[in-house]
Amino acid sequence: MKRFAALVFILLALVALNVLLPRVTNPYHFQVLMLIGINIVLAVSLNLVNGFTGQFSIGHAGFMAVGAYTSAMFTLKLGQPLVASLSLLPEPVAQGLALLLALMAGGLVAAGAGWLVGLPSLRLRGDYLAIVTLGFGEIIRVLLLNIEAIGGARGLPGIPAYANFFWVYGSVVVVIVLSGRLAHSTHGRALFAIRDDEVAAEALGVDTTRYKVLAFVLGAFFAGVAGGLFAHFLSYLNPSSFTFLKSIEVIAMVVLGGMGSITGSVLAAIVLTLLPEVLRPVKDFRMVIYSLMLIILMITRPQGLMGTRELSLGWLFRRGGAAKEPA
Amino acid sequence: MSEFLQQLVNGITWGSVYALIALGYTMVYGILRLINFAHGDVYMLGAFIGLYASRWFRAGENPNPFKALLVLLTSMVLSALIGMIIERLAYKPVRKSPRLSALITAIGVSLLLENGGVLLFGASPRFFPQIVAQENIPLGLGVTISNQQLIVIAVSFALMVALRWLVLHTKVGKAMQAVSHNHMAAALMGISVDRIITFTFMVGSALAAAAGVLVALQTPKIEPYMGILPGLKAFVAAVLGGIGNIPGAVVGGLIMGIAEVMVTGYLSPTYRDAIAFVLLIVILLVRPAGIFGKAVAEKV
Amino acid sequence: MKLRHGLLFTAALGAVLFAAGCAGSKDELVIGEYGSLTGGDATFGLSTKLGVEVAMAELLTSKQGKIGGLPVRVVVEDDQGQAAEAATAVQKLINQDNVIAVIGEVASSRSLAAAPICQSNAVPMISPSSTNPKVTQVGDFIFRMCFLDDFQGRSVAQFATQNLGLKRIAILKDVKSDYSVGLTEYFSAALKEMGGTVVVEQAYTAGDQDFSAQLTAIKAKNPEAIYIPGYYTEAGLIGRKARELGINVPLLGSDGWESAQLLEIGGDALNGAYYTNHWALDMPEPKLQAFLKTVREKTSGTDPDAIAGLAYDAANVLFGCLEKLAADDPATFKALASSKAGTPERKTATTKLRDLIAQTKDYAGVTGTITLDANRNASKPLVVLEIKGGKKVFNTSINP
Repeated sequence: MKRFAALVFILLALVALNVLLPRVTNPYHFQVLMLIGINIVLAVSLNLVNGFTGQFSIGHAGFMAVGAYTSAMFTLKLGQPLVASLSLLPEPVAQGLALLLALMAGGLVAAGAGWLVGLPSLRLRGDYLAIVTLGFGEIIRVLLLNIEAIGGARGLPGIPAYANFFWVYGSVVVVIVLSGRLAHSTHGRALFAIRDDEVAAEALGVDTTRYKVLAFVLGAFFAGVAGGLFAHFLSYLNPSSFTFLKSIEVIAMVVLGGMGSITGSVLAAIVLTLLPEVLRPVKDFRMVIYSLMLIILMITRPQGLMGTRELSLGWLFRRGGAAKEPA
Repeated sequence: MSEFLQQLVNGITWGSVYALIALGYTMVYGILRLINFAHGDVYMLGAFIGLYASRWFRAGENPNPFKALLVLLTSMVLSALIGMIIERLAYKPVRKSPRLSALITAIGVSLLLENGGVLLFGASPRFFPQIVAQENIPLGLGVTISNQQLIVIAVSFALMVALRWLVLHTKVGKAMQAVSHNHMAAALMGISVDRIITFTFMVGSALAAAAGVLVALQTPKIEPYMGILPGLKAFVAAVLGGIGNIPGAVVGGLIMGIAEVMVTGYLSPTYRDAIAFVLLIVILLVRPAGIFGKAVAEKV
Repeated sequence: MKLRHGLLFTAALGAVLFAAGCAGSKDELVIGEYGSLTGGDATFGLSTKLGVEVAMAELLTSKQGKIGGLPVRVVVEDDQGQAAEAATAVQKLINQDNVIAVIGEVASSRSLAAAPICQSNAVPMISPSSTNPKVTQVGDFIFRMCFLDDFQGRSVAQFATQNLGLKRIAILKDVKSDYSVGLTEYFSAALKEMGGTVVVEQAYTAGDQDFSAQLTAIKAKNPEAIYIPGYYTEAGLIGRKARELGINVPLLGSDGWESAQLLEIGGDALNGAYYTNHWALDMPEPKLQAFLKTVREKTSGTDPDAIAGLAYDAANVLFGCLEKLAADDPATFKALASSKAGTPERKTATTKLRDLIAQTKDYAGVTGTITLDANRNASKPLVVLEIKGGKKVFNTSINP
């Protein structure tokens, strides 16, 4: 009952904020707020792979790109006609429905890509896996650059801007709750076991293959959703938005937050999205400062902000009646 | 046929460059298990140092091989110093950290060098002066090789031979081998692990810088972001040959160069960059240890 | 804990900077400029900045930096060469810096990301050199200072067939650049119309260093000329490689070749090449020569590229329209400066400004005589330059 009430509360809050915020905030601040939301989804999704399962994935921008383009094409070909035909429904609802379908499409195709990338992960470890994921990310980008039907180098303009606060932060809530539930489930424990010592986990009967691929697929799915949100927010897509640099940005968020910590990823996503805005007055040095911060962070506090700890919102994550964790 | 041979010549030229860069990667990985993302940027720095050295020594005005050599050596020495600084400041502190942290640090250094390069050198591409006068040498069968290409191949091989001698026949080299096997055992044998690691970085950086100067010789446009792709491709080459294995890096580099040129010429040039990664994925699926690598069983 | 303090400090700093941005309510005309000051495309953003800076400096010397009695200020934002950043930068310029107009961007991809925001906020945007037709199609507040790729592509075909009498031409395009891809399309279509043929089309990716494969393939088809609609960075290298491989036919280029470094990189290999451009630096127009002089002084001897010239013209067109508004409609002009972003007074005022910009006719800029047509694109003559003896020389002019 408690959980249901919480859900309703969150939904109402999202709807209220969705109506209020665009009216009271400066559109620039609102824009940054939306980008923060998208980055949170990205960071938490990558955290599933890098943080929970300990797999080095540095091609996350590729999954985002796949989700972005898939959902954009879905909306352009199917979603828009759908909205037009649903003229009986109020517009935000119809658009929301179209967006939801587009996001699902994007997420599923990205998940498929995640599965493809996850397969080699069965045989590779550590640095090798990192480079393979990087490779996949680059291959995806080069492919997108060369496919004229989705714009190629000229990009894909004219995507209807269906993504609003409700959907972006709704996705944020979903991805956080799902990650949290996963972390506290047996599946989650399997992932952590793989991270801590894969050989031991295998010896204890954990199907490491299955779980590693699962991590990739889930992470890719949400990256695809984030990509879809991005596409429907910016209204324009270009392969140059999904380079290795973008993957690095997401990794930086996960590492800064503390690998394995969901709250860490959320906090870090907020900090690292705000940072370039804050550094605008020193724009020439922005990237230099950013890279210095990465280095200094790794040297002084490699476990990131939260290490592997979480901010515990007991009633969200704990199963009813479960005993408290021993200290 | 002549087109094929011409492409082969081009491929070997590029392959030698990739081999030089790959050597640095493979040595550092062998010793530290770290993919030094910043390695490609040292290659870029080498080219830029070469540019300024050429101006200083006025090597572009009356090209003569002596001055050209001076430019090359200056670049190698200064880049070795930069390599040492990077290692001491950025990599040493994270040696005991989890591998992903070290990787992130390397990425951070790479970004720093690139963006610092933009600040220092400006974002526009620069032109590397002709420190060796160009001549085309026909090899028969319709194939020509420019003397610059010849120099690239010759110098690369000379450096590789020198490296091999260093690693196999000098005390330092043997120490490097020891450290790459087992840090602790090497330390117990009285080897200063820190010094050897730094030395390895310096040698790797010097080779990358040499590659930078050589590339600038034959394609004279240099800019701060020029190191990203060659760096990645050279890493693939190192993996191809068996990472940690020096002859492997050479072979991997050559294969990489030739494959790239062939695919560009006969298939499609727009997929040139993707080829490297496709190769990587194939080799990792088929034979992860690389051509010369040995499959190492993971000890529990 | 140190990191926590660091974060708190950053947050506080951020809050202060945000607030500082919002404060300041004296009447002034703020013009926004966005471009890639960092990232791979930084040369273009920096050129734009240069052009606008020169225009602003001249305003300072001639009118103490004021139009209609109100001070003018330019705010520059970096978009790091990323489309999403361009959108955020423009949002900031409009809603935080309160700009009345925006100059930018060079790359169509970034213009396309930012234009919808300018359009929906009723803030005029003048792109110095985005060439994708879709940019101005976003809405009636979006203008561009340059001609479109269809005119440019067609002009090259015209020059090749009529002035040089060539029929069989090969194309070497940059597949990563929408500019290059677009030009290739228009050129091919026009060439066919004029009785020529494209013997082969090869491609490279911007940043490539080696073109031997593509050029070897082109050589095999024996073309009478090669059209290289890319940027100077590759054009120079391609020229050299072509000559190395024994290809001696004329090379044809586009305005992307325009740079002080084209000849540095290409050297003697580019002699006998032609390219289309917005200007020829040896044309005797006084305004152009004055601009050149100023830039050479400012940059210790480097010549400006066409983007700097276009940005300079864009800024001056804007200043001109502001002057006109101040003279014709002082009330709206005052409202322009005193109103805040998002208010109806602001919208009315910027719409008036937009109307004036749209009326630009026969404006004598450094990049030619500019008239903005009904689609808000610049209708202006194109110049064909020839490279002779290591120098860029004016060859002919083609009118739209």
